[in-house]
Order: sequence, then C-alpha cells, then structure tokens
Amino acid sequence: MEPRSRSFYALAAFFGLYVLFLYGPTITIGILSFQGVDGGLTFPMRGTSLNWFRELFMQQAVGDIWGSFFRSLTLGIMVMVTTVVVSVMGGLAFRKRFKGSAVLFYLVIAALVIPSILVSLGVGLVFSQAGIRTHWATSGFGSQLTWTLPFGLLVMFAVFNRFNRAYEEAARDQGATPWQVVIHVVVPIIAPSLIGVALFGFTLSYDEFARTLLTSGSRNTLPLEIYGMTTNVTTPVIYALGTLTTLFSFVVIGVFLLAVKLLGARRAAKGNDAGSGLV
Amino acid sequence: MQRILNSRHLTGWLLAAPLVVVLAIFLVLPVLMIVVVSFWQATEFSIVPAFDLGNYEFLFTSHVTLDVFWNTFRYALITWALTLGIGFTVSWFLAFHIRSQTTQVALALLCTVPFWTSNIIRMISWVPFLGRNGLANQAFLSMGLIDAPLDWLLFSDFAVILAFVHLNTVFMIIPILNSMMRIDRSLLEAARDAGASPFQIMTNVVIPLCKPGIMIGSIFVLTLVMGDFITVRFMSGSQSANVGRLISNDIGLLQYPSASATSVVLLLTVLLVVAGMLRLVDIRKEL
Repeated sequence: MEPRSRSFYALAAFFGLYVLFLYGPTITIGILSFQGVDGGLTFPMRGTSLNWFRELFMQQAVGDIWGSFFRSLTLGIMVMVTTVVVSVMGGLAFRKRFKGSAVLFYLVIAALVIPSILVSLGVGLVFSQAGIRTHWATSGFGSQLTWTLPFGLLVMFAVFNRFNRAYEEAARDQGATPWQVVIHVVVPIIAPSLIGVALFGFTLSYDEFARTLLTSGSRNTLPLEIYGMTTNVTTPVIYALGTLTTLFSFVVIGVFLLAVKLLGARRAAKGNDAGSGLV
Repeated sequence: MQRILNSRHLTGWLLAAPLVVVLAIFLVLPVLMIVVVSFWQATEFSIVPAFDLGNYEFLFTSHVTLDVFWNTFRYALITWALTLGIGFTVSWFLAFHIRSQTTQVALALLCTVPFWTSNIIRMISWVPFLGRNGLANQAFLSMGLIDAPLDWLLFSDFAVILAFVHLNTVFMIIPILNSMMRIDRSLLEAARDAGASPFQIMTNVVIPLCKPGIMIGSIFVLTLVMGDFITVRFMSGSQSANVGRLISNDIGLLQYPSASATSVVLLLTVLLVVAGMLRLVDIRKEL
C-alpha cells in the first residue's frame, strides 16, 4: 500500500472537526443535564445531580411531556408501517413504467421540495373548511406522510434500479404467481433496505415539527411540546429532556442498524448453498 | 377483460393508488386550498370567500416583502456555499482516503445519525455553547482574545447560518459521496499518469462526475433553507425574518389569506429554483 499522503492527515483533521461540530452541542447539553440543583443553563457546573431528570417525572413541573411522548411514539409507528407498505407498493408500481408515472414522479419530488409550513397551513385550512377537527392521528399523520413517503420511495428507486430481475424470472419459470414472486422472492431480497425505509419513516415522524404544527389538533406531539418549553422553561430540565429523547433516538437507530446487520449475517449463513448442494 | 387486468398500466396505477391518495389529500388539495384562500378576505375572527387581490397587492407593495425575500435568498446562498464546501471535502475524505469499506460505512453513518435525531433539540444544544456566558465566550475570554463577551454569537444571523449548516450538511454529504463512490478509480489513475496535479484531478475529473450528487444535495439544502421558519425564529431570537417566518407570523395572527398569498409566492420561487436545477440533472437516472 502507498504511504498516507500529507493531504490525508489534513482531510482527516477536517473530518474530525466536522464530527466534533456535529456532536459537540449534543454532548454539551448531555453534560449540562446533570447540572447541580442551583446550576443554570450554561457552564460552570454547580455540582452534579439527577435533579433535572427527576423533574421530568413530576407532572406539574414540565406539563404533559409523557403524554406527548406516547403520542409521538404511536404516530411514529403508524407513519413507519404506512411508509414501508406504501413505498414498496409505489416502488413496484414505478418499475412497471405505467402511463402517467412521470407525472407521479414529479409529484413525489414536489412533496420533497414544498416548504413544510405550506403543508401544515394547507392541511389545516382543508380540515377547518371541511369542518373536520385536526387531530395528530388524522391530519398530523397525513401531513407527515408527505415527507416520509418521498424518502421511502427514493430508497425504493435506488433498490429497484439495482435489482436483478433474473431472480423473479426464475421464480416465474417455476410456476410462482405474481403474488408469490413478491412475497417469497422480492421482499426477502430487499428486506435490509426496508429496514432503512422504516428507520426514515419512524425518525422523520418522531422528530417532525413544522408539518405537525397546525395539524396536530389540541394535543401536542413531543417536538411541539419541547418547542413550547423553549419559551417558558429556563432550567436545565429542557436539557435533560433533550438528552433523554436523543438517547431514545440513538437506541432506535441502533436497533434498526443491528437488525440490518443480523439480516445480513443470516443471509450470509443460509442464503448461499453453492458448493454444498447435489451435483 | 383479462387483457385489461394484465395491463401493466392498470396494475401500476393500482399499486401506486395509496401513494396517489395520500399525495392528493395531503399535498395537492392543501396547495390548491392555499391558492384559493390567498384570494379570500380575513375578518378578525374568520376568513371569508372572495376574489380579492388585496393580499397580493399588499405583499408586492410592502417594503418588508423585498427585505424578507432578500434575507431568505441570502441565508440560502450562504448556507449552500458552506454546506457544499464542507460536504464535498468530507465526501472526498471518505471516498478517496478511507481504504476499508467497513470504516467507510461506519464514518458515513457517523455523519448521518444526527439527521435521525430532533432538529429542535439540536438547535437548543447551541445555547450553552454560544450564549453570553457560553463555552465559546468563556474560552475566548480566558485566552485573552476578547475583553467582553461577544453578543452576536447567539440570537443573530451568525447563529442562524451556523444552525443551518449544522442541520443540513448531511444532505450534501450523502448524495456527493454516492456520486464519488461510483467514479471508476482507473479514471483518476489515468489522469495522474497523464500528469494532472491533484487539484486538476479534482476540477477536471471528480467535480464533473459528481455533478448529479452536487445538484441533488443543492436542491435539498436550498429548498429546506428557503422553506424554513423555525431555525430562523429560534436561532435569531426572533430578530431576523425570512419568508417562512412572515407566513408563520400571519398564521399566528389568524391572517390565513395573507399567509396563503405569501405561501403562493414562496412556493413559486422554490419551484422555479428547483426547475432550474432539474434542467441540469436527470434525477431519475441518478438514483
């Protein structure tokens, strides 16, 4: 191997600084959430305590954060499942290059680029003019899908553009019905990417702010609750909440990545029987 | 009958039906509604159907509008330049200097993980860093670089741009990295053998081949920054405005027709920018 060039070390340093920039603030509030009882929103630390985490569990101190957490969690799971199913169906549809698919494609791109506040405002207006009350599980749910579905579809496009159709043809030649081809051949092959789509669906929903702002109805989701806290909470309790939700996100991401890895390992172990079969 | 059922056009539309329904109800209809309401009138308590150009007239004659649109473009262009520079450099390091594929994937994930966490919390996280008594000021004071704490670190345009770069650089890194990974390494060797300097390899080989990634990243960053309202409100401490904030302020005052008119103009601006960029790259081919 060639020795490392000088530019390698310069670029490595740049990369290191970028990662520090990316994670530094998160680590800072992680430390500050252990601020002592008399401490404030900035350094220095006046002792350490778990006081601010304790306050999170006292209803009167912070409002309805647990209610909003469970709403966000439920909504995230709803959006995740819908995103996976609709994206796979959409991905399969676009493969057929049906008439009008180009128009639909540009609509998907439009969903990605339309400012989030327009979705919020528009859906809010449609519901209010139709006389339907906005609710996080109806209007909020639909508004979030306009953001998660395009991401899911982009992943599906990338997957199907690299998909070897010979597997499907082989299954068809052996008499599989179209439905069997999808369930027994296509889905197992694209499964790791589906976990990626699920990850996008859940996290983008769980953290969404703008699209739920005018569409969540009378009860807040967690990001809305946190934003509300920024204007009236002046203690490190908000850092404690931030640290907890970030940890929760890390756990969720970890679980999804682990699932991809396990799936890959299982496939490596069982998927290929070359050399072990009959002659 | 059988022939129609087997038609790929029909099955295509059937498979795409859920997608079409969601986008129709939660995207197309709401945008049409905004266009309609932008011609309505507002009373103190409600909005009334009308055909009134007053909202647009006010928008186009108010001196605030021009300032706010200019500010929006300024944020977008500065953020775009910074995220492009950082994103390109980071991708370059990952694509051409990391030799093991496992490390490459791990480092790319390291850049992506924050994207899956809350933007609001990531903005709040800058407060103890940039505030008047924040880490940055404490460090500068103790190093003797400044005599008094800097006030412009937090709640300023500087903070807004910093947060935009912090939140959106990932949208540049991933597409550019994707483009770079697809470059045939023998092209770089050929350029080197033909006597190209590293800088020439970058400008004459890598950048042209990365154009699709750069374009896709740019579309994401420009549209996200142009459509933003929350980063500007939080990081500027409500001292700066962009178009998104103009809309959200009107919504706060229940002035939906006026908010809608501003939204229509913002939407047209964003779509024009995107249409311009799509002419330079065929997204469908690049996925």
